[in-house]
Amino acid sequence: MIVETGHFALVLAFVLALIQSVVPVWGAVTSDRRLMETAAPVANALFVLVALSFAVLTWAYLASDFSVVNVWENSHSAKPLIFKISGVWGNHEGSMLLWVLILVLFGSLVALFSGNVPAPLRATVLGVQGWITAAFLLFILATSNPFERIPQAPIEGNDLNPLLQDIGLAIHPPLLYLGYVGFSITFAFAVAALILGRIDAAWARWVRPWALLAWVFLTLGIAMGSYWAYYELGWGGWWFWDPVENASFMPWLAGTALLHSAIVMEKREALKVWTVLLAIFTFSLSLLGTFLVRSGVLTSVHAFAVDPERGLFILVILCIFIGGSFTLYAWRAPLLKQGGLFAPISREGALVLNNLFLTAATVSVLVGTLYPLALEAVTGEKISVGAPFFNLTFGPLMIPLLLAIPFGPLLAWKRGDLLAATQRLYAAFGVALLAALAVFWAWGMRQVLAPIGVGLAVWIMAGAVAELLSRTRITEIGLSRGLSRLVGLPRSAFGTMLGHFGVGVTLLGIVMATAFQTELVRTVRPGDTFDMAGYQLTFTGIAPRQGPNYTEQVGHLVVRQGGAEIAAMDPSKRIYPARGMPTTEASILTFGFSQLYVSLGETRDDGAVDIRAYFKPMITLIWLGTLVMSIGGIISITDRRLRVGAPKPARAKTAGLSPAE
Amino acid sequence: MIQMRRFILLLALLASVLAPLTAVHALAPDEVLADPVLEQRARALSSELRCMVCQNQSIDDSDAPLAKDLRVLVRERLVAGDSDAQVIDYLVSRYGEFVLLKPKVAWHTLALWIAGPLALIAGIAGLLLALRRQRKAQPVAAGGLSAAEQAELDQILKGGTGDKS
Repeated sequence: MIVETGHFALVLAFVLALIQSVVPVWGAVTSDRRLMETAAPVANALFVLVALSFAVLTWAYLASDFSVVNVWENSHSAKPLIFKISGVWGNHEGSMLLWVLILVLFGSLVALFSGNVPAPLRATVLGVQGWITAAFLLFILATSNPFERIPQAPIEGNDLNPLLQDIGLAIHPPLLYLGYVGFSITFAFAVAALILGRIDAAWARWVRPWALLAWVFLTLGIAMGSYWAYYELGWGGWWFWDPVENASFMPWLAGTALLHSAIVMEKREALKVWTVLLAIFTFSLSLLGTFLVRSGVLTSVHAFAVDPERGLFILVILCIFIGGSFTLYAWRAPLLKQGGLFAPISREGALVLNNLFLTAATVSVLVGTLYPLALEAVTGEKISVGAPFFNLTFGPLMIPLLLAIPFGPLLAWKRGDLLAATQRLYAAFGVALLAALAVFWAWGMRQVLAPIGVGLAVWIMAGAVAELLSRTRITEIGLSRGLSRLVGLPRSAFGTMLGHFGVGVTLLGIVMATAFQTELVRTVRPGDTFDMAGYQLTFTGIAPRQGPNYTEQVGHLVVRQGGAEIAAMDPSKRIYPARGMPTTEASILTFGFSQLYVSLGETRDDGAVDIRAYFKPMITLIWLGTLVMSIGGIISITDRRLRVGAPKPARAKTAGLSPAE
Repeated sequence: MIQMRRFILLLALLASVLAPLTAVHALAPDEVLADPVLEQRARALSSELRCMVCQNQSIDDSDAPLAKDLRVLVRERLVAGDSDAQVIDYLVSRYGEFVLLKPKVAWHTLALWIAGPLALIAGIAGLLLALRRQRKAQPVAAGGLSAAEQAELDQILKGGTGDKS
């Protein structure tokens, strides 16, 4: 009965989504206030219904109700509690339900926090959200019903794919979906602006917090997925340019461009039409990502053709939304008032440059991801497009952008002074040069590109700090007054600083871990000792161990430095009997920002075992950098100017504290 | 059929959440060449060759038996004195272009290779056009002026710098 309640709630939600799709938009077009007013309560009711449905599915997992096909296929009574919960979205049906849950959550949040948005815009935005909700609810009900029953309930379930039984995978999809789906709001705002034919700086101010929020989640989601792959897959890679990764990376690139172009629109009323296009483009890429991941088209074009039901359904959704919104754009965008003039050398100019390179990079990743599919579908020729291709095409597009980062925030609006900006970056440049020289001095010609990469990373970090300091004018007015100016700076200034600083941190991690990694592949016997970047590792043996729903072979290594024992490492190989599937659990030791990484390979009959060991200098900076970026994003959201529903500047500011805009 | 569907579903699921499939222990110690220079070249080549039964994994990363065979094959060719290009040509002649993770530049991959740079060039061209239009047009809202007003305004603005915002 409970399970049927969840199913019923989902059907009811679909009906409500249809109402939300039509009534408020009709109200907005005909200026009928009563019809418009229906949007918010319906959005909230939708959230309650889908949440109920999701809770029911979670309950079925917790109770191990194997009469539900989805639970039977993906759960096991002996599975630890946390993975019973995360198992809800560790499969196709459940993850689509999570997708829709997050969609209606955002709809409800818009309803709650958009009191200051004009009624027609608000109603239309929620209406557009309703279209997306209705489409995906129909998709779930028609092709991916998680509440389907088995007439004769089996005694035990098939268990969740062991690779998914990991805390990282419990968090990764929700974060990623919060990001993907978050961009549906900017999309809805863009489409609403096109329908209503009105757009202004206030629009950008309402949109930016949502874009920032989605961007923060997407950043964290991608980073989480990358770290999970790093520690779980057992050979220490952290980014593979896999189509699935690209599927989340493309909305991130476009979303990053959107954040920046929305600033121009808010401050200078310029780039309106472009910002609208970018908002549509970003969410289209999110939808494309959902299609790529959910349709099975990536496995091969043939797999898609064998089981086309779901894939075709999402493809149709994709075509309707992307095609529809671009048609609407072509039709209505010319009506939007263009505005804002600026010189090429200005803050706006720098932000346009940012958009130019980010968009070109997105296009190159997009084409690289889809080209093999398209070529195979058209000519039947099979080619591969992998990491070497993307490194070669994506990298060069990023370098000019990274070089330019420190200049952007230092240029004034309307007409900037490149020379003055450069002068304020002398110190940052000096620091970067020193860092590059130090790397060159330490490692010499062995790694030619490393000093340049490190120099670039330090340049971005130092540039971000220099920009913040120059806003305090600390060198001119002295330390104490400078500090008080620092405290008075708007939060978005700190957000910008941290966002850019984080890019430098991530880049530093990438360069160091790639250029200076030490790797060792060898067969060891109990008692063998080998040296790894100044640490001595002694292998003492391997022993079986029983886990809750798996058995494992655990290797034991003692780590010494200068003779003293400092740590132990226990890499293992697991077998999950329910699916008979093996996994490797690498053992990772962190020293400062660097990591020692050991994973087990084949075991030999005589007690010897193959191991792979790595020392990865500063690798954690890759993820710490994304964390810094996200914190920057969060601080920006809390900026008074952007705070949703905040009144216009009310606080009387003392002259010394006024932000230098 | 059901089983087939389930299998595809499983693949799709794997693809969805896993990114690359599990590579438990790719390169094994007994494959490593004694000559470090040759081994270095073998590793570099391996990372550009696809394990054809895997999902987007190089033979260097994959633990599939086929990947192991290919790793050994690459090393055999290198030991036999082949250049990197010869090794690649040999593999392409045997397994087709699918084996290359970085496709060759040819007619059928031209669009792939130039897409990124072309987007950049198109963007720059579009920007330059917009800038030129912007210089010619008025800083005030577009669409509100008749031809006569336009001419009058041009008269007024003659010799101006263009930045009137």
